[in-house]
Amino acid sequence: MTTGQADRRVLPTPFHARAAARCDVNRWSHWKAYTVADCYTSLEDEYFAIRNATAVFDLSPMTKYRISGKDGLAFLDKLLTRSVCALKPGRVMYAVWCNDRGNVMDDGTVFQLDEECWRLCCQERHLDWLLDNAMGFDVRVEDETDAIAALAVQGPTSCRTLKAMQLAGVENLRPFQLHYFPFADTRLLVSRTGFTGDLGYELWIEPPYAEQLWDALFAAGESYRILPNGTWALDVARIEAGFIQAGVEFVPATDVVRPDRGRSPFELGLGRLVDLDKPVFNGRQALLRERKTGSRYRLVHLDVAGNKPAHEAFIYNRRRQAVGHVTSAVWAPSAKMNIALASLKMPWGRPDDELYAEIYYNSELQWQRQLARCKVVQGAFFDPPRRRQTPPADY
Amino acid sequence: MPTDRYDAIIIGAGHNGLVCAAYLARAGCSVLALEAGKQVGGAAVTRAFAPGYSVSAGAHLAHSLAPRVIADLDLAAHGLRWAARDLNTIALAADGDHITLGAHTVAGRGLAGADCDAYPLFLKKYRRFAGILQGAFMQRPPRLAHRSLRDMAALARLAIKTRLLGRDLMRELLRTGAMNVYDVLQESFADELLQGALGMDAILGSDLAPRSPGTMLTWLYRLAGRWQGRGSGVAAPAGGMGAVTQALGRAAQAAGVEIRLETKVRRVLSDKNQAIGVETSGGAHIHSDIIVSNADPKTTFLELVGAPRLETGFARRIRNIRMQGKAAKLHLALDGLPAVTGLDDAQLGQRLLLAPDLNYIEAAFDQCKYGDSPARPVMEISIPTLHDPDLGPAGQHVLSAVIQYVPYRLRSGWDTAARDALKQAALTCLESCAPGISKQVTAWELLTPPDLEQEFLMHGGHWHHGELSLDRFMMLRPVPGAAQYATPLSGLYLCGAGSHPGGGVLGLPGRNAATEILRQLR
Repeated sequence: MTTGQADRRVLPTPFHARAAARCDVNRWSHWKAYTVADCYTSLEDEYFAIRNATAVFDLSPMTKYRISGKDGLAFLDKLLTRSVCALKPGRVMYAVWCNDRGNVMDDGTVFQLDEECWRLCCQERHLDWLLDNAMGFDVRVEDETDAIAALAVQGPTSCRTLKAMQLAGVENLRPFQLHYFPFADTRLLVSRTGFTGDLGYELWIEPPYAEQLWDALFAAGESYRILPNGTWALDVARIEAGFIQAGVEFVPATDVVRPDRGRSPFELGLGRLVDLDKPVFNGRQALLRERKTGSRYRLVHLDVAGNKPAHEAFIYNRRRQAVGHVTSAVWAPSAKMNIALASLKMPWGRPDDELYAEIYYNSELQWQRQLARCKVVQGAFFDPPRRRQTPPADY
Repeated sequence: MPTDRYDAIIIGAGHNGLVCAAYLARAGCSVLALEAGKQVGGAAVTRAFAPGYSVSAGAHLAHSLAPRVIADLDLAAHGLRWAARDLNTIALAADGDHITLGAHTVAGRGLAGADCDAYPLFLKKYRRFAGILQGAFMQRPPRLAHRSLRDMAALARLAIKTRLLGRDLMRELLRTGAMNVYDVLQESFADELLQGALGMDAILGSDLAPRSPGTMLTWLYRLAGRWQGRGSGVAAPAGGMGAVTQALGRAAQAAGVEIRLETKVRRVLSDKNQAIGVETSGGAHIHSDIIVSNADPKTTFLELVGAPRLETGFARRIRNIRMQGKAAKLHLALDGLPAVTGLDDAQLGQRLLLAPDLNYIEAAFDQCKYGDSPARPVMEISIPTLHDPDLGPAGQHVLSAVIQYVPYRLRSGWDTAARDALKQAALTCLESCAPGISKQVTAWELLTPPDLEQEFLMHGGHWHHGELSLDRFMMLRPVPGAAQYATPLSGLYLCGAGSHPGGGVLGLPGRNAATEILRQLR
């Protein structure tokens, strides 16, 4: 998403020189305070690198906070809606956090780097909220967005590429695990995480080593069809994986002007990330009420008839009442489905509901309107077993 | 295993805590009131400040104790006596041309006839507005945009009362309600001394000056708090303000409340967001499903509960409550009655104000807001020994003064020199009206805002437990989410001045909290 409007300066990422050298089509956009490539060669090539080989995405602009101190875990337990019991050094956790109204502020991942050190990675900026959440805790919160460069290395041959880069034992990393590997004269943090729903890793390093990392990675991946990918290809992969994105599937609670336009975790299909048995966390009281009175919305995965992506389409029920709209839509090449994520008013979105997407498309200046039948799909559209396999097969 | 269990525990036996405890006990609850101090009363206590001399250490005049509370708890039967009632306010002038402000009339040698004529009309008009507030004082503040019939009815009552004012007065309420007191007084009166005296009521105990926005509201608040019958509503209890809380303590005990003194609460205990008891500083755990805090909201939530047990948005609102006290107390032991030019002994016993004009007040505020002690302090003075000779040795007197606009954080720090300087500045001002008073002082005590904070355990030494202003008013007091006495921590309630209707020795936060708790218990 282009969210650069509020940012005054637009900076190159630590990988910019390398990325620019590979960016044949010169397509760029702003991601927070940085320039990132939308596309290097072609959307199709990059997408198929994600699904069939190895694709490298520069995610340095991701917002990153370092949380340290002896109360760090308690701090996170209050911040996040889910229990942090499973966090320990070497673990990563996907989580969302809410304001007091129970509206989602953002989603992201928490990395436990050390006994008393964590990293929170997310889309939006939250320093003031995190600092206020720290009241009464012995904890330090620092923005380290600019201090860490990061690459996502995703795809079936990503593990072989990293092995070829001499990261000994990287194949033993389980999903949501992290490990430090020696690299040059520093440490390279590798986590088995990603935003593609595929086998993949994310690499984290100090900016001065960024270009060296890029070079080593592309050298190692040469025989494994490594390609850089831009935001366009990533977006196709993430929709196919059924992942939500801040600013698309929900408006972050901090940006919402009309307070009823926010979304709760339940309304985003993330109820599994809410642990109402925890005594305190932000949004608990509101979410308890919602459990009693019911949610207003449901986020669904739709299989849309035909092959025209249902961009921003209204969704109708059988009686032609508008019951919601599509938030993300794409033709999914691997799932081989015309798919969409949609936010529907309750109670719509039940497995047997007869739903239609109103799709407009233009063929040679002739506008067409189509009411495409939609089927509610449970789970991800595309979920290959290799995503969870440890050690992954040598593709 | 816990041996102590009560239906309700009150944290802090200040006047509101005692009122709440007494109402709960009279409804049949077993109630334990825990008080950190050596006696009940919180900031409404009488205590010695020099050998043989006692004084009301915090609040020193009863402006506003609600008649309903006095009657309900039968405080007269429990020993409450008034040494003097319906005290007038006398605005002191250096030249001896003082002005006496009564409930309906104002008099003074230099006063223009127009001001004398305007005064009763002015009060009459604003008493109509204050009457609307008074009705709201007796009730839980309504929740906004809530579907409960009770809340809608309460809002409707406010609307109807406002409507009944009629067109002209409604316009006046709209026009003046959010104005500052300076502008309103400028258009209403010509006499600067009279303006100063009226303006004092808007700013006493607050972090506002006469030109600060919203000071008409604070002025109306004080007017509403004076439950005037025919008189001014300002009174001096026999035995000082401590006598009020002693009577409240006896009333509470008679109703069955157990009071434990010198027992400070360190923590509110909770289990899964339900309050289950308190931990005393001695480490003892006392259990109850209802904990009522008479402590201010910051102390209650940020210290006794702790931010980790509160949702962040709520904790943020609590942290942002403005709670830096700007009033100090000066107590003087005098070896005789001070001679104030132009006042007889009876007049000396009234409520005396040293605030010769609104600019004088504003100038003192300006110094304070930048962290300095005022060179010419603004003061509200009472000489309680005139009505109540027992407070000092025979023939000797006590002067108690509220010095307004003393910074909590003095730029140079509160050392001995700074205290001496402030006392000296106050004495110099007193000398202008009471020549020779400095030589009559045999002992003195100065309580700066940090001293008040320490003695009365009020965050920032703010005796209203947080500014009383439009942003902390009714359903916004102390903050949304805790404005109906219940708090986000289930079973924890507020009953102090930080809650509606607020500060002053009103007793109504305590009464309203008890009503709310009993309603939820039913």
